[in-house]
Amino acid sequence: MVQLDFAAVLVDWPLLLRGAAFTLGLTAVASVLGLALGVACARARTHGPAWLRAIAAAYVELIRNTPFIVQLFFIFFGLPSLGLRLSSEAASIIAMTLNLGAYAAEIVRAGIESTPRGQLEAARSLAMTEGQVFLKVVLPPSLGRVWPAMVSQIVIVMLGSAVCGQIAAQELSYYTNLIMSRNFRSFEANFVAAALYLAMAVLLRQLLTWAGPRWIFGRIAPAGR
Amino acid sequence: MSLQRRTFIALALAAGAGLFPSTAAFADSALDGVMAKKSIAIAIPTDFPPYGFVGTDMAPQGLDVDMAKLIAARLGVAVELVPVSSANRIPYLQTHKADLVISTLGKNPEREKVIDFTAAYSPFFQAVFAPKTLSIKSAADLGGKSVGVTRGAIEDMELSKIAPPTADVKRFEDNNATVSAFVSGQVQVIATGASVAGNMMARNPQLGTEFKLLLKESPNYIGVAKGDDKLRLKINEIIAAARASGEIDRLCQKWLGRGAGDLPN
Repeated sequence: MVQLDFAAVLVDWPLLLRGAAFTLGLTAVASVLGLALGVACARARTHGPAWLRAIAAAYVELIRNTPFIVQLFFIFFGLPSLGLRLSSEAASIIAMTLNLGAYAAEIVRAGIESTPRGQLEAARSLAMTEGQVFLKVVLPPSLGRVWPAMVSQIVIVMLGSAVCGQIAAQELSYYTNLIMSRNFRSFEANFVAAALYLAMAVLLRQLLTWAGPRWIFGRIAPAGR
Repeated sequence: MSLQRRTFIALALAAGAGLFPSTAAFADSALDGVMAKKSIAIAIPTDFPPYGFVGTDMAPQGLDVDMAKLIAARLGVAVELVPVSSANRIPYLQTHKADLVISTLGKNPEREKVIDFTAAYSPFFQAVFAPKTLSIKSAADLGGKSVGVTRGAIEDMELSKIAPPTADVKRFEDNNATVSAFVSGQVQVIATGASVAGNMMARNPQLGTEFKLLLKESPNYIGVAKGDDKLRLKINEIIAAARASGEIDRLCQKWLGRGAGDLPN
């Protein structure tokens, strides 16, 4: 039986901590930007002119039907040949934002399309502009309805950021692999990383579930009242 | 306890047993298993020309691949080539997914703690390369520059020792990513093996890349599982015979354009 030696991995806790913090930082920035992008695309796909709908639909399909790591490599290794050179951190954030944006667009669109007609008619009869109707009447309860799905998607993007280490972004799995390549304790290092990811995912889910109604879409009366 | 539940537990135990093979198998020499099943699993690189790379016919080829075939032929068994990366080749050996690692593997004390090495079979060196326009005369000149290197490779260890803290060392997953990062300008300097650099320079002459600093002379050894002396001694016999007959020299001439030179045991 293989002798397990967790001390050999845990002695590098400052690296693991720095990696975990970096992963959370990437996720925080990408979540805010990706959510905004998702709402904008959902709005474009439901209310926009035909050409904008087509662009948004093409973007969503392109991202949702290609692997994240290919998107990431395209941005980091591919764009420099077009003259756009991004740091590994910037490339990671852009890839995560674009990825989340596409999935968020579809999640938000489901919420928007489930808005009862009566609410729209009531808002318009109060002489609200289309912009006001969307921002004040349609969007907040739509986000509320789809929030659990959105939280899951953000957690998925955080876990997916593990591949950003491949382009030398110094997140948790980058440091895990670094530690592993130094002491060859692959089982222990991956075990510790998995435990950290699990803890981060649970905490992030709790935080977003708590923060959503308070900060993002307001308290919503339960359906049917 | 219901039948379903008992079946589930039995299945879970069986799965657990599958994940952790019995210790008895580890105690025997891998050589016995190889001779019994008439096949040897050898880990080779596929991202490391001319040592191991995939040709246009999608088949692995190179010096390491030829060496793997030579050893299998001398043992009189079939060869099963297992493609590995710099970062995962030692875990493949540790977890017995491969009987031998012939993957441009250099010897160092950290690795000697976890696996054993045979005699050397081919020459190799690692160095720092950069465009001619960049002045790098000593390790201190790496300060403030971004340096790409493959994580876990010998050059990563050597670079980490000599690079000043101000050097921005970027570690990539495999040699393809490291070379891509250098060629696309994501890093200014690359630390890598001579063969990788030679191949990269030949394909990208516009970069004006040149040799800057020697990191380490590091001949390649074949890795065997820790403590498997029976297999190691058998491979050493084969290497000694192949050196004496000039076969190793011919392989080096074919793939590296130079003889094997003096190889340590």
